Amino acid sequence: MTSTQEQHGRKGRVVTDQNAKDITRVEELAYDLKVQEVMSRDIKVVTADMQMEHVLEQLRTEHISGLPVVEGDEMIGIISLEDLIRSMCAADLQAPISKYMSPEVIAINTYDPVVEALELFTKFRVGRLPVVDENGKLQGMITKGDITRGVLIALQKDYQEEEVRRYRASHLFEDINSDRTSLILRYRIKAQDFIHGGNASSNIKRALLRLGANPQIARRCGIAIYEAEMNQIIHTTDGGIIRVEIEPHRILMQAIDEGPGIDNINLAMQVGFSTATEEIRELGFGAGMGLNNIQRCVDKMILESEIGKGTKLEMKIYLQPEESFREVGHFDEDKTSHESTRNHR
Amino acid sequence: MNLQEIIDKLELTVLTEPYDFSQVDPSFGYTSDLLSCVMAGARNHGLWLTLQSHINIVAVAALLELSAVIITEGALPDSSTIAKANDQSVTLLSTPLPTFAIAGKLWEMGFRDS
Repeated sequence: MTSTQEQHGRKGRVVTDQNAKDITRVEELAYDLKVQEVMSRDIKVVTADMQMEHVLEQLRTEHISGLPVVEGDEMIGIISLEDLIRSMCAADLQAPISKYMSPEVIAINTYDPVVEALELFTKFRVGRLPVVDENGKLQGMITKGDITRGVLIALQKDYQEEEVRRYRASHLFEDINSDRTSLILRYRIKAQDFIHGGNASSNIKRALLRLGANPQIARRCGIAIYEAEMNQIIHTTDGGIIRVEIEPHRILMQAIDEGPGIDNINLAMQVGFSTATEEIRELGFGAGMGLNNIQRCVDKMILESEIGKGTKLEMKIYLQPEESFREVGHFDEDKTSHESTRNHR
Repeated sequence: MNLQEIIDKLELTVLTEPYDFSQVDPSFGYTSDLLSCVMAGARNHGLWLTLQSHINIVAVAALLELSAVIITEGALPDSSTIAKANDQSVTLLSTPLPTFAIAGKLWEMGFRDS
């Protein structure tokens, strides 16, 4: 959606994309939460024929500032602290409640959003409102305190859900029982697609962080994949595949393409050597440092290539130092290859 | 020296969504127009000075978690680059001055590789 498009929010408020982004979760909750979810149901009521003295007693013992006045199920008025003070000033505590109560009752419906209650609080300068159902029957009371509590509980719930999600991702390998668990991520890289260059590496880095990887490891993987990804974008005929296999003890990253292949791998490994065109160099690529950067970031790198067949770059990062054993790389007669092991961390 | 002071003193134009730059303390600077050099040389949370302004600088800055990219010589990234930078929380700054002048001014201001 573009910023010129607007949508009409609740209550006719015009919400543009720009300010929709600024709406906080708390404001959202004020619309989402319904009065009945936060109101107090256990309420005290009085009848019109009771004496004001009874109001004094109730307000004092319940620590509240007002009471609904009922007749049977129906609410006929409200008696507040202010009304009580008026009766006390007149030394009239024996008077019936009907003499001092306000018969005009501002009430709110059970199904209204709490934002409605907040608006009524401000508009009528009250701190509590009786809550009625669709038949006008008194169901409870709502105060600012009830709203604050309701919002906090909802936020707490949100927070716990997010915590659970994070915990699940970061404990994926612990929670799944198998002889060998691995997670495989695959990305298809298109040749010459500079616009999406770096997307696979960013996504992989984010996934690793989500899985609870150490940020340093995630960064090393990100840089290595970025260089491999850009190589596929710049040099391949039909793009390639990036495959990342994550295991508790190591991350295996593979960049595989089907051509054109590297003519001389030893030359390609030299710092500053590049076959990139002038046009691509102008964009800042083709520094002849990509493979060296990869080598610097991974524990083990194997590069195999055959002209006309393609290139396979394999990169490994070991997650626990004691497991960074040396492996014997295979070396085919018809293929040229380069293998290196990182000797510093 | 925080990023807000750097923006003010060098009169940089903020191209991406602003936030509280005074909370950011870039402790390192790097200059190159070759992306792989930046990948190799720039450090976390540093500043990067370049005259490159195309979309791939965003990926580099995001992967390295750079504090900001200062695009020199008045080169202006296109709107999709700015959108991607906002999306990835990368700050893009712009100046009409060449990289050499900006690096020199930063050095004069006492900005060093710490």
